[in-house]
Amino acid sequence: MQGLLRGLVYGGLIITVLMTATAWGMWLERKLAARMQSRIGPNVVGKFGLLQPVADLMKLLQKEEIYPIGADRLLFDLAPFLVTTFAIATAAVVPFSAEAVGADLDVGLLWVLALGGLMVIPVWMAGWASNNKFALIGGMRAVAQSISYGVPLVLTSLVAVVFTGTMSLSGIVKFQIEHGWLALWPPGPGVVAFVLFYMALLAESNRIPFDIPEAESELVAGITTEYTGMKFGLLYVGEYVHTMVGSAIAAVIFLGGWDGPFHIASGLHWMVIKTVALFASVYWVRWSLLRFRSDQLMRLCWLYLVPVSLGLVVFAALWRHFVLR
Amino acid sequence: MNARHPGPTSDRYRLEQMDADADLMVLNFGPQHPSTHGVFRIKLILDGEVVVRAIPYAGYLHRGVEKLLERLTFAQGVPIVDKNDYVAPMTNEQALVMAFEKLLKIEVPRRARWMRTIFAELQRIASHMLWLGTFALDMGGALGGGSGVFIYTFRERDYILDLFEMVTGGRFHYNTHTIGGNRHDIPPGWDREVTKVLDLIESRLPEYEAMSSNNAIFVARTKGVGVIDKELALGLGLTGPILRASGVDFDLRRDAPYHAYDELKVNVATATAGDCQARAQVRVAELRDSIRLVRQGLAGLPEGGINGGKPIKMPQQFKTMTGQAYVGIDTPRGELGTFVVAGGGDKGTAPYRCKIRAPSLHALSALPWILPGHTVSDVVVILGSLDPIMGEVDR
Repeated sequence: MQGLLRGLVYGGLIITVLMTATAWGMWLERKLAARMQSRIGPNVVGKFGLLQPVADLMKLLQKEEIYPIGADRLLFDLAPFLVTTFAIATAAVVPFSAEAVGADLDVGLLWVLALGGLMVIPVWMAGWASNNKFALIGGMRAVAQSISYGVPLVLTSLVAVVFTGTMSLSGIVKFQIEHGWLALWPPGPGVVAFVLFYMALLAESNRIPFDIPEAESELVAGITTEYTGMKFGLLYVGEYVHTMVGSAIAAVIFLGGWDGPFHIASGLHWMVIKTVALFASVYWVRWSLLRFRSDQLMRLCWLYLVPVSLGLVVFAALWRHFVLR
Repeated sequence: MNARHPGPTSDRYRLEQMDADADLMVLNFGPQHPSTHGVFRIKLILDGEVVVRAIPYAGYLHRGVEKLLERLTFAQGVPIVDKNDYVAPMTNEQALVMAFEKLLKIEVPRRARWMRTIFAELQRIASHMLWLGTFALDMGGALGGGSGVFIYTFRERDYILDLFEMVTGGRFHYNTHTIGGNRHDIPPGWDREVTKVLDLIESRLPEYEAMSSNNAIFVARTKGVGVIDKELALGLGLTGPILRASGVDFDLRRDAPYHAYDELKVNVATATAGDCQARAQVRVAELRDSIRLVRQGLAGLPEGGINGGKPIKMPQQFKTMTGQAYVGIDTPRGELGTFVVAGGGDKGTAPYRCKIRAPSLHALSALPWILPGHTVSDVVVILGSLDPIMGEVDR
């Protein structure tokens, strides 16, 4: 009973904090992008445009809902909610500090990867149900991309698992507190694994240069083409939450989680700083680079990312066997 | 047409035929689409994501400009053609007034000719700047790196529009060319402003190239994509940067000089690959050459009058006009030709017929040949590399 109560409270807390963080994450992104393009960005609603997310939300809530002719209504309605649900559910196992963790699963990493992989289903649902060819192509691309990039994502996570010998996310952090951050130690392979994980993360959360599923110059808006109002908003929020949780996971697996540099002032704030920094870097990349073509994306994944991450797994196993004993 | 480009087959495409024999999909690309550069429509027949056949449809922006020109007197036509190629209005005006001048056998004063050269080259910089931005936008998306390049290049283009505003009072539709010369003389101190803007653009150009044409992703997206070989380019009547990127060393500014190009040395940029990357390289090289030409033009700008005709007596002059004339000039998009037959309108005050040869229309005619075999992503890149302006395609 007490566990259920704790779960409810913590779940509510996660959803609230994550949604709020995402809303102002969008504000942060818009401000960053504006600075990069010598613009000002949102500055009308509230001080520094800080209330812009609220205004956007109000606008989206007031929009008329439009169902395209021939749309599969059930799937069409379900997809945005599933996207957001899966994205938020991932956050349940993320240890923000030694105490602040919703469910410290023994297989936390597996849970994260599984839900991340499941994301492809609602995305495909949205693409299929819209009865729009641009959405359909976007959905097809999303499926191909998510399945391909899921492989290096899992393999690079496996590197961390092999090193640390645990699938619990807080276990991985505790190991790093003891032995050093995986991105820095052992020197070399750890950094490579981190970079590969980061690239796969960009692809999984559909960010430039891997954002072909919703390449708006080609596919109008990809899977979101036919969505209006808050359903469009939810698809959008789901992607942002996915990116943010992904950044948090990357911080946990490779950057030592809540551990401060040289164990200085370890705690929740370090986790927040690392997550926001990674989140911002995703948008830095997004607003600087052009986009790959889908076949180039696949080539990059299967010819470079997958073999290299496989090699890393082998290296991790050898290191574990001979050095860490 | 040749082995490499089998060309669009002649039989009309029918849906029931397509559905019967293969899993093909018809995708209506445009006219309302973010990257059709206006209101252009291509019907794409896709096998998965690969284009099997492409059928372009133009005409969504038709305004009847050529018919309008038959109803208006010669001098009234100039502000109309401003709206044809709305990215390079200066060269549109020049093409029209030069045809009328040829018909009337009016000699344009030397200063006016030099001014037209400067305007044309400044317009080329502005137009190519816009192209670079939109091309990056096609590749990087409105919510990505492409929009960064777009906003930067759009800013530089705005500086050039500022320069035009100083001379003509208009930022977009100038109406500054008249039959026999120019309407507005260059204001004092303008050359300093021009030099300032050119220095700025020249110093920032490497940065934009690093963000677009020298970027590894840009190269990956453009190299070997949308190849137009020499034979096809000549066969379709392609001109300008597209023709030069296909290895044909032809530029009206050098080979049939007009304005003051006979006194200035034009370096014609060419490339041989004929793909999107080659077209981008040619345009960026032209951009640099135009900056040099404007500098030379300003340095050598002669003194004197800027209008050889007598504007008040124009209608009377036209009454007796007969004959026909064709003038082609090299605009940022290629050869813009104006063919005019005199003797129309009320008592012969207007052209009987005025045909405008728009380079973008010819550029778009290459699409059915080069699109098949490419993916939907490449369609956008190829279309962007042709730099079509629907205003002059549909007229």
